Amino acid sequence: MMTILSFINYWVVVVLMMIGFYCVIARGNMAKKVMGLNLFQTSVFILFISAGKIVGGSTPILREGVEMYSNPLPHVLILTAIVVGVATTAVGLALAVRINEAYGSIEDDHLGDEDDGDGQ
Amino acid sequence: MIDVVLLLFLVIVAIAIVRARDLFAAAMLFAIYSLLSAALFAVLDAGDVALTEAAVGAGISTILLLAVLALARRYESPIEGHNLLALVVVTVTGAALIYATLDMPEFGAPDNPAQVHVGPYYVEQSYPDMGVPNMVAAVLASYRSIDTLGEAFVILTAGLAVYALLSPKPRRRKRRRRHLRRNLREHRRHRRMHKGSSS
Amino acid sequence: MRENGILRVVARFLIPLIMLFGLYIQFHGEYSPGGGFQAGIVFAAGWILFALIYGLDAALKVIPERAMYVLMVAGVILYCAVGVAGVVLGGHFLDFYPLLAGKHAAQQFGIITVEFGVGVTVATVVMLVFTLFARRKSEWKAAKVEDE
Repeated sequence: MMTILSFINYWVVVVLMMIGFYCVIARGNMAKKVMGLNLFQTSVFILFISAGKIVGGSTPILREGVEMYSNPLPHVLILTAIVVGVATTAVGLALAVRINEAYGSIEDDHLGDEDDGDGQ
Repeated sequence: MIDVVLLLFLVIVAIAIVRARDLFAAAMLFAIYSLLSAALFAVLDAGDVALTEAAVGAGISTILLLAVLALARRYESPIEGHNLLALVVVTVTGAALIYATLDMPEFGAPDNPAQVHVGPYYVEQSYPDMGVPNMVAAVLASYRSIDTLGEAFVILTAGLAVYALLSPKPRRRKRRRRHLRRNLREHRRHRRMHKGSSS
Repeated sequence: MRENGILRVVARFLIPLIMLFGLYIQFHGEYSPGGGFQAGIVFAAGWILFALIYGLDAALKVIPERAMYVLMVAGVILYCAVGVAGVVLGGHFLDFYPLLAGKHAAQQFGIITVEFGVGVTVATVVMLVFTLFARRKSEWKAAKVEDE
């Protein structure tokens, strides 16, 4: 039972990762794809922060009455990763806006139709 | 216990995001997902990360998604059937990853390999070295300062990329969007049918 | 949205508080959770709220777009300048010890300056990205691109 409880964090993280992965590969709408990518990224952050937690520890800010602190190194890495994630999202959505203006839609299926039409 | 409940809510909201056809509802659910994961970070003792995730996920990402929704169509095209190949790929990858997590050490033990390498050095030495109580800020700005410089460059590059993409003014298009005529009619019929119900 | 009384009153009350809170997170980042990134995003969120309620033109009069272009790069240049100052004064790149006399004082000065540079860059980039997205629709209408 203790084994299951100690693994449940990681298993739910893998489930969230796979839901995000499915959203990226199985949905044609570009805004949905970007949302799926963000789901995937956030689940990876949860994995790192769970790996850095110490049971009985506390937030890594030095203060009175606390002896054990959680590991601050994963927090630093994930701070950088969150900001890089929002930068990627902004550029991806700007590309989606330009694609919408050039082809008239942000769905994957409709981009192929436009080439067959060969507008005048 | 509370982190198990939060993780369960996260799974439910994630499945709802994948299945929502109204992209406005999906954007709002995405903001809820970010807030729940910020709460989970706070429960797992990560104060700085929770603050950043709440500000970035529920603030900036959501408003950029809503801006794209204002420019493109609000409803996703209907999906015909289930994508079996995608389900198979996802299941196989998920099974492989769960098999890999069986090797991970026990959750939260103080003598895990991740906690004994350089973490104790930062915990013990950051106040004597710098006089700054927030260990995360000390590591971020001083011990690992070059990584933060790289991150500032990434933000600047993203700003420049969006500027390069969106600052030229749109030109009048010459193509006729023949394919859209069919979908536009279907979309207008769909909206007229559902005008009575709340949306 | 300017005509809605509730929104206007609440915004007039909230926006200065949001910006003040952003500055508090920036400079108190050494004693509590916070720092450059969080502060920049909270500050930009206050400006975006102003733009949503009073209109994008009024918001661009407060922080003009040319100032955004300059500030975006100025933050990163400030960060690199602190690094180069470390080299000029005798240490290696981004070494804070040679900057001031006392050990703790030098590190704290370095950390505050570096985080301020990062905060300025993040806030400006977020405001610029929002401005570019928000103006696209009116530019599109102006170019008379429409559904056929």
